Formats: sequence, C-alpha cells, structure tokens
Amino acid sequence: MSSPSLLVHDLMAGYGERAVLDDIHLTIPPGRNTAIVGANACGKSTLLRTLSRLLVPEHGKVLLDGHSIHRLPARRLAQQLGLLPQSPIAPEGITVLDLVSRGRHPHQGLFARWSATDETAVAEALEATHTTELAERAVEELSGGQRQRVWIAMALAQQTGILLLDEPTTFLDINHQIEVLDLLTDLNRERGTTIVMVLHDLNLAARYADVLVAMAKGRIYGTGTPETVLTQQMVQEVFGLASRIIEDPVTGKPMMIPLGRHVASQVAIGP
Amino acid sequence: MNEPLRSDPPGYATAWLARIRRERARRRWRVLAALLACLLAGVVLTLMLGQSLTPLVTVLRVLGGADVPEAEFIVRELRLPRAVISALSGICFGLGGVAFQTMLRNPLASPDIIGISTGASAAAVFAIVVLSLSGPAVSIVAVVAGLGVALAIYALSWREGVTGARLVLVGIGLAAMLQSFTAYLLTRAPSWSLQEALRWMTGSVNGVQLEQALPLLVALLLFGGLLLSRSRDLETLRMGDDIAAGLGVRLTATRVIVIVAAVGLVAFATAVAGPVAFVAFLSGPIAARLTSRNGSLLIPSALVGALLVLLGDYAGQFLLPARYPVGIVTGVLGAPYLVYLIIRDNKSGGAL
Repeated sequence: MSSPSLLVHDLMAGYGERAVLDDIHLTIPPGRNTAIVGANACGKSTLLRTLSRLLVPEHGKVLLDGHSIHRLPARRLAQQLGLLPQSPIAPEGITVLDLVSRGRHPHQGLFARWSATDETAVAEALEATHTTELAERAVEELSGGQRQRVWIAMALAQQTGILLLDEPTTFLDINHQIEVLDLLTDLNRERGTTIVMVLHDLNLAARYADVLVAMAKGRIYGTGTPETVLTQQMVQEVFGLASRIIEDPVTGKPMMIPLGRHVASQVAIGP
Repeated sequence: MNEPLRSDPPGYATAWLARIRRERARRRWRVLAALLACLLAGVVLTLMLGQSLTPLVTVLRVLGGADVPEAEFIVRELRLPRAVISALSGICFGLGGVAFQTMLRNPLASPDIIGISTGASAAAVFAIVVLSLSGPAVSIVAVVAGLGVALAIYALSWREGVTGARLVLVGIGLAAMLQSFTAYLLTRAPSWSLQEALRWMTGSVNGVQLEQALPLLVALLLFGGLLLSRSRDLETLRMGDDIAAGLGVRLTATRVIVIVAAVGLVAFATAVAGPVAFVAFLSGPIAARLTSRNGSLLIPSALVGALLVLLGDYAGQFLLPARYPVGIVTGVLGAPYLVYLIIRDNKSGGAL
C-alpha cells in the first residue's frame, strides 16, 4: 500500500465566529509517523478535524494526492484516510467483532455482501492488535487498554494509507500507552501507513514520531525532527514552561525535563 | 503485545470469525422468523376471535372470496380492516421510532415522545375539523405537519449543534403544546363520539376501513424502502458522528433521508390510526432485547410494532372489562418503561 500525500495550504478554520487555526501550511510526510504537540486549546484537535474533513475550513485547502478532500466523495476519502477521534464511545452492547467490522464500511457498496476480503481485513486487524480472542466480548466490558486496541483495530480494518489519531493514549496507564504507540510504529514500519497523531506527552512524541509539529495559538510554531523541534526555547514559547532537554540515555532522542517553580529557583540560568 | 505486527493471520482465525458471523446470522434469522410467525398467528387469531368464534376454515374461505353469509360481514368488514391497519400502522410506528432512536442515540428520542406523532395528529384533526378534508389529503397535511414539527424541534434545540437530551426536552414541551391544541380542536367538534376523539388523543383502530390500508401500504413501501436502504449507515451512526463521518457516512444526507422517511412513516400511520401511544417508543428497545442487539433493528422493530398494535387492540377490545382503544393499552404498557428510562438515566447521570 503506497501512502497518499497529505498537504495543507493556507488554512484558516474554526467554529462559528471564532477562528482557531490561521495561516497553516503543512506537508505530512508520506509513510512517516508525525506527532502534533502543543498546549491545551492551541488548535491541535481542530487541525486533525480539518485534515479529516470533520470541519470545513473558512479558507485554504487540504489536498490528498493533489485533490481537495472537500471535493472527494465521502466513501473514497474514507478508503484512503482513517480517523480515530479522542475517547470514542462504543454503542451499547456492541461486540468487538461488530465494532471492528464497521471499519469495512467504506469498502462496501449499497448491496455488497460481506466478502472474503472483508473477513481477512478484520482478521488481520484483530490479529495485529492482539484482540482476536476478545472477538465475541462486548466492548463495554473491556479494560481501557483493550478498548483502545479494539478501536485501533477498527481503524486498521479500514485499511487506509493514512491514519489520524487524536490523543490515542489518553486515559491509559503508561504500559498501555507504550503498547498503543508500539502498535502504531509497527503499522507504520511494516505497512508504510502514514500516521498523524496528536500527543500530549512531549517525551513520548519525541521518542515515537519521525516528525514533530509544534503548535501555538492556532499557528504552526515549528516542524521537523524531534531533535530540531524539541528545544528549551520551544517548550518555553509554546508551553510557557522552563525546562532542560537532555539526551534519552536509551534511545538517544531528546527528552524534556520540566523544571517547575521549586526547582527553577534552585538551578541557575540554563546551560 | 510485544511481538511484532503479524500481517497474515492464521487461516483458522479467519474461519473462526466467519463461523461466529454465520452463527449470529442464523440466530438473527431465527428471531425474525419467530416474530413473523407470531405476527401471522396474531393476524389469523384476531380474524377468528371476537364476540363469537369463527373457525379457521371459515376465515380462510372468506379471505379466499367464497360466499359465507354467516361470517362474511364479521370477518371481512369488521375484523380484517382492523387487523390489516393494526399490522401496517404498527410496522410504520416501529420503523419510524427505532430510526429516530438509533440516529439520535437516545431511546427517549422517539417520535411519539418528542411530539412528531402528536403534531401529525393535531394536523389531522385540524384538517378534518377546520378544513373539512378527508382521505389522502388528511395524510398529506399530517406528513407536512410532522416534518414541520421535526424541523421546529431541531431549530429550537440548536445551539452550536444538537444534543440528544436538549432535543428530547424541547420535543416533550412541543408535544404537550400540540396535545392541548388537539384537545381544543376536539371540543369544537361536538358531533364527534368519544371513540373518535380518543383516536386523535391516544390512537385507535375503531371503525377503520380497508381502503385506508392502501395509502399506508404505499407509504410503507416508499419510506420504509428508503429507510432500509440507509440501514448500514444508520448502524454506523451509532458509533458517533465523528467515527461515522470518518468511515465515509455522509452525515447530513443520511440524517435528512432518515428524518424524512421516519416522519413520513409515523405521519401516515398517525393519519389513519391516530398517535398510538408509545408503540414507536417501545418497539425498538423490545426488538433490541429480543435480538440481543444483533444486526440492524429496523426489521425486528417493525415486526414488534405490528405485534404491539395488533395485540394491544385485541386486548383493548376483548380481554379487558370495558372496551378501550389500542392507544390506552399500549400507553399503559409504555409508561412504566418511560419512567424506568428516566430513572436509569438520572442515576447514571447519562444521556439526560
């Protein structure tokens, strides 16, 4: 599966009168893992919603392989671009198998029967997320980590070249956060799926993403490798937080240590 | 979970999933077949039973067109129209109710709770009493009014989007207003019997004619077909608007089609049988229990609706000490469930 390209040109978007995003230019590198970071209410989720057509921009374009996503038929778009919103809620009583099978919706016509291709896609998605043995369980009975894996399985069954995820690790224990991010990395490496995720945790973002997009006040503050984007200056300007950046002793990626009021007063001005 | 991504699952996993799916499909067909059998049995029984018992053979001969003087009037003129209209209007209420409940993800958001049936009923009474209309014209006025009420509820509960709870509350308010409008109109029609008035207040199939079945059947084929064509989109909408949109469901188009089809079904049924209380509201949840939420609820709910009206009407006529119209029987059945839902949502702090 070759990943389509996703490009944002001169985007302005918001809710009603209130513009949340302004002057956004962004190229999502195909086949890579991109993390969007920024303080609360900086427009991260709004950007993701605009990328996935949930929100129509005031002006500007989102281009998928050169075509404006707002002109594409809904089903065609959903065959190429998948979306997992923040903490989705499963319908009452739905089983894991049913929920994951919904991922095949864009691949089925009005009268199309459930095909062998559909079944294989669902089986693969369950297998990849290690949820096969949960197939007959009701989603609401599962633990938070299991549930998130099931939602990701649904997105996998959709078999899109691009997958957008809004905070896929919220409300998960650290072990489940790592589990989900490992899974997304596998997906990116082995299938070449382009991943775009909004993440809260800067260190996890720096560790797992190939490209970081830092946002502040509805604009793109900076884009690039974690090494170039995750700097003390960025953390200061985007989050208003004094910090130190050190090298992660295990992976060599940048790692941010927040100083906080009590420590900041003890350490002298940074290096 | 630390093993790498396996992209080809073992063949037995695929086969196992296919088996689960087949088993579930079989269970679904069994429930549907049982419901259909109950409905057919219900129709046949209500044709046989009444003040006097007509043997099955006689019923079949009358239906076949044979000349049976002693049973012809009772079966063909009294019981058959009742049974047919009960079943058809029940199907319409069941479909329309579950479509709204599914789309708005709220069991309280059924057309008979949020005022759409009440609106259609008020409009039908207005058309009959004030405009002196009859026949299909009444149905059309009812459909237009139903759509108007749906639009009004939507507009009144709009505040940067519509939440199910606000829509339900606005709808209940509108329903109360429309109900008193109907009552006011009925007081201005003194020549009407209590039975006739009750039709427009709670729903009744007293004195229906077989000719009334035709527009109902046409509406059912048209709007029911439209609704069934959106069945998969409707199921996907249950996952929430964002997920559904991400899966390629056209939200606005689907909503418009579902609202028009469901309102059409409910309004046509209301124009004939009145706003039969709580049938739209009860059918979906009962169907959900019966099918263990396996597959789309549209058809199971249609069958449950038909059974509710048919049996409710039979009980109202013959099983209770006095004769009651069907809406009073279904109303008594539905009210406790309404109270239960409100208590449950109150406890969980959930949808309402």
